[in-house]
Amino acid sequence: MTTINLKAAELASRERRLGSITGFSGTAEELVTQSRTCELKDKPRAFSQCLGCSTSNAACTTILIQDAATISHGPIGCASCLHDFAFTYRVDAQRRGLTNVGQRKIYSTNLTERDTIYGGAEKLEEAIREVYQRAKPSAIFIITTCASGIIGDDVEGVAQAMQKELEIPVAAVFCEGFRSKMWTTGFDAGYHGIARSVIKKPQRKRDIINVINFWGTDIFSEWFAPFGMKPNYITPYSTIESLSQASEARATVQACSTLGSYLGAVLEQEFGVPEIKTSPPYGMPQTDRWFAALGELLGQPETAAQVLAESKRKNLGKIAELKEQLSGKTAYVTAGASHGHSLLAVLRELGMIPLGAAIFHHDPLYDNGSEDADTLQHVVRDYGDVPNYNVCNKQEFELVNALNRVKPDILLARHGGMTRWGAKLGIPTLLIGDEHFGMGYDGLAKYGETILETIENDEFVTNLCKHAMNPYSKWWLEQKPNAFLEGGSCYARRN
Amino acid sequence: MPAVIEQERYTCGIGALQTVVAIPKAVPILHSGPGCGTMIAGFFERSTGYAGGNTSPCTNFTEQEVIFGGIEKLRGVIDNTFKILDTDLQVILTGCTAAIIGDDTETLAQDFASLGYPVVHADTAGFKHSNFEAHSVVVNSIVNQYTSRFEDKNPPRSDKNLVNLFASIPYQDIFWKGNLREYKRLLEGIGLKANILFGPKSGGVSEWQTIPSANFNILVSPWYGEPIVENLERRYGQPWHQFFHAPIGANESVRFLKGALQYALDQGAEIDEKKALAFIDKEEKDYYEELDNLATFLLEFRYGLPNHCHILHDSSFTVGLSKFILHETGIVPKEVFATENTPERYFERIEKDLAETSAKRKIPLYFEPDAGKAQEVIRKIAHPGRGLLIGSAWEKELAKDKGYDYLPAAVPSNYRLAMTTNYIGFTGGLRIIEDIYAIVLGSYN
Repeated sequence: MTTINLKAAELASRERRLGSITGFSGTAEELVTQSRTCELKDKPRAFSQCLGCSTSNAACTTILIQDAATISHGPIGCASCLHDFAFTYRVDAQRRGLTNVGQRKIYSTNLTERDTIYGGAEKLEEAIREVYQRAKPSAIFIITTCASGIIGDDVEGVAQAMQKELEIPVAAVFCEGFRSKMWTTGFDAGYHGIARSVIKKPQRKRDIINVINFWGTDIFSEWFAPFGMKPNYITPYSTIESLSQASEARATVQACSTLGSYLGAVLEQEFGVPEIKTSPPYGMPQTDRWFAALGELLGQPETAAQVLAESKRKNLGKIAELKEQLSGKTAYVTAGASHGHSLLAVLRELGMIPLGAAIFHHDPLYDNGSEDADTLQHVVRDYGDVPNYNVCNKQEFELVNALNRVKPDILLARHGGMTRWGAKLGIPTLLIGDEHFGMGYDGLAKYGETILETIENDEFVTNLCKHAMNPYSKWWLEQKPNAFLEGGSCYARRN
Repeated sequence: MPAVIEQERYTCGIGALQTVVAIPKAVPILHSGPGCGTMIAGFFERSTGYAGGNTSPCTNFTEQEVIFGGIEKLRGVIDNTFKILDTDLQVILTGCTAAIIGDDTETLAQDFASLGYPVVHADTAGFKHSNFEAHSVVVNSIVNQYTSRFEDKNPPRSDKNLVNLFASIPYQDIFWKGNLREYKRLLEGIGLKANILFGPKSGGVSEWQTIPSANFNILVSPWYGEPIVENLERRYGQPWHQFFHAPIGANESVRFLKGALQYALDQGAEIDEKKALAFIDKEEKDYYEELDNLATFLLEFRYGLPNHCHILHDSSFTVGLSKFILHETGIVPKEVFATENTPERYFERIEKDLAETSAKRKIPLYFEPDAGKAQEVIRKIAHPGRGLLIGSAWEKELAKDKGYDYLPAAVPSNYRLAMTTNYIGFTGGLRIIEDIYAIVLGSYN
């Protein structure tokens, strides 16, 4: 059954579309097995800490489009952290060879108490006109918030009216935080808005491959060149025009299936662009499968084989060397779902032992419905089970407890906010922001070198650990990490 | 109220969770949507403190709580906060979701309070206030619901030399830690004792317990924080002395200290006035020893120094920086901007304060929370000479476009770290001079 309906303004949350969960405690294999049956059930917690929010993840898909403007329809606080995208945009532009990128176009309608009583639709309309005058964007995205959602502003109606008036795409993106426990629902909502308003029906095929990613280094130009293809990056640093042509690509690939799940499926089912469903290319077996799938899809299996052979020739020696040095070292992983699985593959490939993982959520399947897309399944099949596998949406108390127990040689993190606990506990900690960094054989070698360097340079964490503040009680650190999860020893209340 | 705000330099009411984070060993408990804590942590950056950021408990509203209410979930989260986190004060902060559906956090906080727990609630819904306003809401909530429990031990105005100081809003002023430390040092220099209430140089919750015993309050701000001193006057009969802008550099620090000294004496503080004046003199003398040395550089450096500047900050700092920069560096403030969404009823007071900067020039002041517009004003104006921009991270791009030197001094602060540096007082002035000319000299590659 498809999860896609581009006629609807709002997109259902991940838990509704995919049956995704945010609470689980067990092993990776158990989770994969349960995901294939009807056993998988979300477990609530009797204690919780601040989560992420769909609205900022939706913003992540729209703000970094070069010529678009984003309006947060809500109180000023709901756009507070978006300046960080302005920073990212300026600083990482050079990775894509862009200079003088200019100020990001980010606005808030600053809903006040009066607006919550009388409605904020008129204010939004006025805001859209003002932003159009001020920024002359090629498209405007409106991201919604808890407040605008609960008071029931007709954001879709305003967007449609303004699109007519201004003659540019004006897309309503429904991403109220309270609608989903998975902030990644915000990615889907952003892409839904883009698919409805920006992507055009295909006129012809182009020699481009859609890459759904963040703002990682451009490695795909080099990867695709032997196939005679160019990457069409979605959405950071794209333009409304380049996005509109996504329907004319030969294929879609993703840097992270958690990110691109929905758009990859939309492009295939609604616009006829085939998606490489097998997981992103992290670790040797998966890199081989990924290139093979790409070669097959493009009708160039020999080219894929050549690219792989060349890459192996260049890197296998180095990887073997690293493997020798890293063999037996232990690690703990905390990351968003699919990328976390990829990190597990990378460290297993390097001979390391995962002692556990705290992964933010779990999608039993992605929107394409393909079992071959299940990243965690690949990891389990290629490398065996992972113990202490917790699905834990940035619940720091659980992470601190688990880390304090397992004391790995290194903590691999993908998201901000979690790393300091590695350092506070004296554990060398590595966060790589560039999501392309570990891809392919090259990436394996690079990641291995960086892990080695991180473990070697432990003076800072060793020192910090001796002096670190710790707000967690002694009692808590003696309980099991899942004690406040349903079924755990301290789970008492119904919430 | 403008229809849009571009380039945010302040945040919503729940941003005052940082007011709680700034109290040693206090914990904010958010009764809000899932992203509120992350938004605030992302706005201020490097702002976790003891139990903020990802450590803060939160009920993370889902559709279920929006429809059925979230009080029972909150009760559970608070119960378990006591077990999991080692904290001295728990402040429930309500977000938009809880406020719109009307969850009764007041009764819940009272339930915990009646059992002796230091639990307080504050209404910080994002659509009701800015963080500048909600700072006062949070402080008053703690005073009314926590400090009030210790009034027997701390009779009103029982300590003639103790003063409660309200100035920087924690984290909103990126130099709040250093600034509060410096206020404390300066007030102690004239013979007072100061409750600064926030940061590592405060005494944590036990200092909050002594608030009633202070003889009077000092408010350094043109408007924000006024509800705090008004509340304290109502509750404890404490009068307050207000200084309208951040005292930066020697002139304003001397004025601030002499004003505080006179006020303290009028209120019957037991202070050796001579000693206090000698302290002020010494601070001033030390300051001018540095400025004396600097004069040669300022007058002889022939490769180009800024001769004018624009400032984008909250009204307290915009006015304080303007006064300082004109009289103590010779850089002329041109168009300046108060970006904190200043309530209109205070415009006149702030304009008057700024007008007193110089008898011979008028510094154009804009009250502009939509800082995209503020930047547009600057983009359209050209002043001769080398320019300096003082503001937030948003000014980096503008400075580049205009070829101006750029001093980051406000949130958001992506291009600068601040730990314990102070920008107020005599030493704050010197530090700003160091910062400005480090940037200027650093531009010569």
